[in-house]
Amino acid sequence: MFDEMSVEGGTTRPPYARVEGWIADSGLELLHKRSAEAEAIFRRIGITFAVYGEGGDPERLIPFDLIPRVFSAAEWRRLDRGIRQRARALNAFLYDVYHRGEILRAGIVPERLVYQNAAFQPAMMGVEPPGRVYSHIVGIDIVRTGEAAFQVLEDNCRTPSGVSYMLENREIMMRMFPDLFGGGGVEPVDRYPDDLRKTLEEVAPPACKGDPNVVVLTPGPFNSAYYEHSFLADLMGVELVEPQDLFVDEGLCWMRTTRGPQRVDVIYKRIDDDFIDPLAFRPESVLGVPGLFNVYRAGGVTLCSAPGAGVADDKAIYTYVPEMIRFYMGEAPILENVPTFRCADPDQCAHVLAHLEELVVKEVHGSGGYGMLIGPRSTAEQRAEFAKKLADDPANFIAQPTLDLSSVPTLGPRGIAPRHVDFRPFCLVGKSMRLVPGGLTRVALREGSLVVNSSQGGGVKDTWVLTE
Amino acid sequence: MLSRTAENLYWMGRYMERAECTARLIEMGHRMAMVPGSWSDDEWRSVAAASGSADLFDKDAAITDAAILRTLMLDLDNPSSIRSCLRQARANGRAVRNALTRDMWETLNEGWRRLDEVDVAGAQRDLRTLLDWIKGRAIMFRGAASTSMLREDRYDFLLLGAHVERADMMLRLLDVKYYVLLPETEVVGGGRDYHQWTSLLHATSALRAFHHVYRGDYSPWKIADFLILNRAFPRSVAFCYDQIGHFLDRLARGYGQRHVCHFTASEMIARLGDLEMGEIFQQGLHDFITGTIATTRRLNAEIYRAYHF
Repeated sequence: MFDEMSVEGGTTRPPYARVEGWIADSGLELLHKRSAEAEAIFRRIGITFAVYGEGGDPERLIPFDLIPRVFSAAEWRRLDRGIRQRARALNAFLYDVYHRGEILRAGIVPERLVYQNAAFQPAMMGVEPPGRVYSHIVGIDIVRTGEAAFQVLEDNCRTPSGVSYMLENREIMMRMFPDLFGGGGVEPVDRYPDDLRKTLEEVAPPACKGDPNVVVLTPGPFNSAYYEHSFLADLMGVELVEPQDLFVDEGLCWMRTTRGPQRVDVIYKRIDDDFIDPLAFRPESVLGVPGLFNVYRAGGVTLCSAPGAGVADDKAIYTYVPEMIRFYMGEAPILENVPTFRCADPDQCAHVLAHLEELVVKEVHGSGGYGMLIGPRSTAEQRAEFAKKLADDPANFIAQPTLDLSSVPTLGPRGIAPRHVDFRPFCLVGKSMRLVPGGLTRVALREGSLVVNSSQGGGVKDTWVLTE
Repeated sequence: MLSRTAENLYWMGRYMERAECTARLIEMGHRMAMVPGSWSDDEWRSVAAASGSADLFDKDAAITDAAILRTLMLDLDNPSSIRSCLRQARANGRAVRNALTRDMWETLNEGWRRLDEVDVAGAQRDLRTLLDWIKGRAIMFRGAASTSMLREDRYDFLLLGAHVERADMMLRLLDVKYYVLLPETEVVGGGRDYHQWTSLLHATSALRAFHHVYRGDYSPWKIADFLILNRAFPRSVAFCYDQIGHFLDRLARGYGQRHVCHFTASEMIARLGDLEMGEIFQQGLHDFITGTIATTRRLNAEIYRAYHF
């Protein structure tokens, strides 16, 4: 196992020197005290994710761990290049599949995976989104397994969430431990909301002549990520709207205000495609803004991300991203994928079935850590059940080796111990590309656990990128 | 501003005000219950009526204080109960987080589930503490708004809602207690009347202010004058309407447009300015009160139309 703070033999890796000194100087008692304070602050501010209908507290906190996760400047340089490269390739792929489909004709990605994909939107064929951008906020989940071994676990092209934690975690660390940041050793992340706003303004539609009016579209307070929606709207200084606040008239999109209707140019949508326009996507839905998609297609409003962007972040498509990078950009991928078996391929499927207890099998469309089998932790019964599902519909699954995820020291009730982490940076794509040095580190708080999802007992950490 | 945001703020103002007024009503009822010989369940019935919840009580059975606390303080099925109001105010706040300052949000958010843990027996036991806590929430919220909010349309809608609610509560209280103030009231003089009158002042936290202005001369006439026409007393109908007019005017200046609601409000303000208590009694106190309740209701609907709620 690769621990990011101390390598075998107990020497501390240089990026963690400051953190190690701080832990030693503070002592466990103070850290526990500060940890309780941090929780009280999060609770008071209301930084929660909502879980309605399960009983218990409907608004829960994601556990925050005080001990930061650190990248050196050199590590970040490589990550930065790799993330940008991948975000560019994913957008090129999306443009391609909704236009000429070159990568399909070249036989690199099977047509079936695209055209029969639930996230593929036929209505998007031939649509020309401003700047040819489909996924404006690309969240790329990255894991580390060794000193130089970074691998991409998953792409999120629709509405990756968690960036509010990146910002709030840093805020709270700076508030509680100002000395840690003395001397400017850590790259700031607080320009993210400005970057996001600039990105969204850059993709204003052709119909917009003056300053674009940007809004954040949320399903409402019962959505689990509602806090983040409202937080981002607030920091960008734009309106947070719900579908019923919007309407379509004369080929444009408007919001209802106390002064009467006001034009809307760019919608940062945090709603699933299915629910944005009942006329275009799901007629039985009572949600959404009737006619919105037509306005979008005619260049009257920009939707971010574009409907249908999800076809690029499915786990079956994921396996082809390194090939996309080669195909569209003629470059070698800077960040590799986790080696992945495509169960759609009969040989690979047979291999997966024979090695279930070593592999992690995931549903192609699953998310949040649901619908997966972690081989080494499974019972024979669970494996048998999963093998049946797999045999019934092999194309619905991929499999990966269980990864030896890197760990970072984490504060628990019984002291500090290593816990596994992953990393989600947020790459912004407009006319130009922006990436703040940092992201969200998620940590599996249970000993030995590899599942970092907040719905399954994961926590979060502040993520540092050190200055040169 | 989004119309939904304006509506949310307007109702947040109303809910917080309603929670506080209801707490004050319960306090009054509780106080009356301690006066020897004066008590009847009529008092609780008027408290229920003033808070708009009269229909929730059986007309033929006596109302106990346990039933009052259950319905007016704790019952989530009653949208006007204190617990419902505090929850609803917070839900509105959560829905328009961006329109609130952090101070305001924190006062809405802190302890919003406290009443979840209280049952009727607990409420009876700790009544004064709970009522003080509820009033404290409303006062802190108002203070947070007043010291941290930009004076823009958001503030105007919040305060507009608060004053419409306050006027409405005062009018409903007068509506159920008007007979106490009639000069020809059947039982004249004696300890019971004294308590009836002062209870009205108690319910509106006006006892000391009244002393200050009228030096303890409790005549029904003066009490009615104080609660309806006194422009300096912050819970009087006239004061609330002055404030309603003020915030509506600010909106009209900001948006460059006057609506029907502006005319209704200024008409009412002018009327309250011209009237004297003598005229009101001559015309009939009860008619005046029901007429003003109807106007306030109409004003609420006109505000809805003007700002596309």
